Amino acid sequence: MAMTMVEKILARATGQKAVKAGDVVEPKVSLAMSHENAALVINQFLEIYKDTGLKPKVWDPDKIAIILDHRVPAESAKTATNQKKIREFVAAQKIKKFHDIRGDEGGICHQILPENGYVLPGTVVVGTDSHTTSHGALGAFSFGIGATEMASVWALGRVLNVEVPKTIKVVAKGKFGRYVLPKDFILYLIGKISAEGANFKVLEYHGPTIQKMPTSGRLTVANMSVEAGATSGIFPPDEETLRYLREEAKVKGPIDIFGPDPEAEYDQVIEINVSEIEPMVACPHTVDNVKPVSQVGRVKVDQIVIGSCTNGRLDDLAVAARLLKGKKIARGTRMLVFPASFRIYQQALQLGYLADLVKAGAVVMNPGCGCCLGVHEGALGDGEVALSTTNRNFKGRMGNPKAEVYLCSPAVAAASALTGYITDPRKGGK
Amino acid sequence: MAKVVLKLGDDISTDIIYPGRYMATVLPSETPQYAFADLPEFNSKLKSGQIPAGSVIVAGKNFGCGSSREQAASCLKGYDLIVVAKNFARIFMQNAINLGLRLVVCPEIEAEEGDELEILPDKIINKTSGKEFKVEALPKARQAIIDAGGLIAYTRQRLLARAGSRKKA
Repeated sequence: MAMTMVEKILARATGQKAVKAGDVVEPKVSLAMSHENAALVINQFLEIYKDTGLKPKVWDPDKIAIILDHRVPAESAKTATNQKKIREFVAAQKIKKFHDIRGDEGGICHQILPENGYVLPGTVVVGTDSHTTSHGALGAFSFGIGATEMASVWALGRVLNVEVPKTIKVVAKGKFGRYVLPKDFILYLIGKISAEGANFKVLEYHGPTIQKMPTSGRLTVANMSVEAGATSGIFPPDEETLRYLREEAKVKGPIDIFGPDPEAEYDQVIEINVSEIEPMVACPHTVDNVKPVSQVGRVKVDQIVIGSCTNGRLDDLAVAARLLKGKKIARGTRMLVFPASFRIYQQALQLGYLADLVKAGAVVMNPGCGCCLGVHEGALGDGEVALSTTNRNFKGRMGNPKAEVYLCSPAVAAASALTGYITDPRKGGK
Repeated sequence: MAKVVLKLGDDISTDIIYPGRYMATVLPSETPQYAFADLPEFNSKLKSGQIPAGSVIVAGKNFGCGSSREQAASCLKGYDLIVVAKNFARIFMQNAINLGLRLVVCPEIEAEEGDELEILPDKIINKTSGKEFKVEALPKARQAIIDAGGLIAYTRQRLLARAGSRKKA
């Protein structure tokens, strides 16, 4: 039977010859990731073992990754105590893939996993974070789950009762125009199919444009696939995947490369010619409220944010540095930069990008989720407007329900920093 | 009979249900105080005990979109609310089922605040308007978890079954 990418991965993870959309399976998990919400996972994990007479022990400490990123360094005593509880659990359970608040190996989970080679193509990855879809960039079936579901995975090593999702095939062709980036492609797609257009389904990416897209761009697209409701966004692995894993993630062991069957059955096929896309902006307060930058109108911006698990990678910082080098950010607009990991931070430091950004007036923060979800720093004032390369613009997202968040690529963000208004990077300054 | 205590539109995100700034609070015993914190009037009604258990929130499409934060389900479960929506985002739905929060998928639902609903397995009768609306079954994959009374109980059963079979072997 011909299978899609997710069907093939789930067949392997359940030891079956074939599975099809709608089947209920219990796949083995290759990697189970959590961040600060591991504090709740630990609570639920211990609850499972209560009164069983069994000793609480995770199924495989080498397959669990915990990355502190959401509130680093801790913003409150409560968070610091949760982080302490996590460290104690990590030590007791001998979990090695633990990334603490450190300048040599810390960062955002959705960058730490790929850059350390923790995610391999064809595997099942779960994470207690909705943007776990990111790791589909490397050909994994990677999806977000809640804390109690993760506690169950920690106990059993499987995800229970998973319905094999249907797949939407997205075929991208054409060449990106100047200052049009993978972020614009995914915003365009979300605008086209809506915030629930792929609900309970997988988005599988194909086509000549995808083959040429670097892993950093694939991570952006897979990351935001969840904003169309998708369970996962998967890029069938190819030469670029192998290059990234061997050269950047330093994977030494075997890598199994396989794609979907050519005759696989898709729920829907969407074709996109990226040559026709211009820089896009998602307007408040839903991610599918997407407009070409030329149709947004004159919008004054108080805070620009470049970074996050969506667009905090070296390519993103490079675009911003190129646009801002030797120039000044408009008065009345502040700009915060959050590299996705300390590895990227160090690379950007060496290449001079951080100096270019700081000299222009940006504030470079430590890698982490920062202001994206409004829990830590960089909150907005009443009536303020943010333009951000992050992935969500929901009401209240950046810490204030009386503020507005627009989403865009690093090029649009940097061009807008110079003018203080949402600006088309192709037109440059004022 | 269940009364509609809050009517919401489409795409109600987890940031609306449980704002990110309260995410350092994780325990199901502590999260209810922040349920719909940015809808202060409703939040204070919940906290002051004016909303009886079994009351209903009615919403449009894609309820619970966004973050995987389980607080968004546990904070509503804390008040034993029922959520009726046209459809739900995947992770929120799974979290709700895992924690035993009652969700009803009702694609055509029409109801206003104050309406009395009778929720049956296959339909909802709006006693106030007299109209009936078809209910869609929750994903079949999740039924075993609902039947066990939530994922903690279900996982515990599985764990004990596995430990038992190992002992026998």
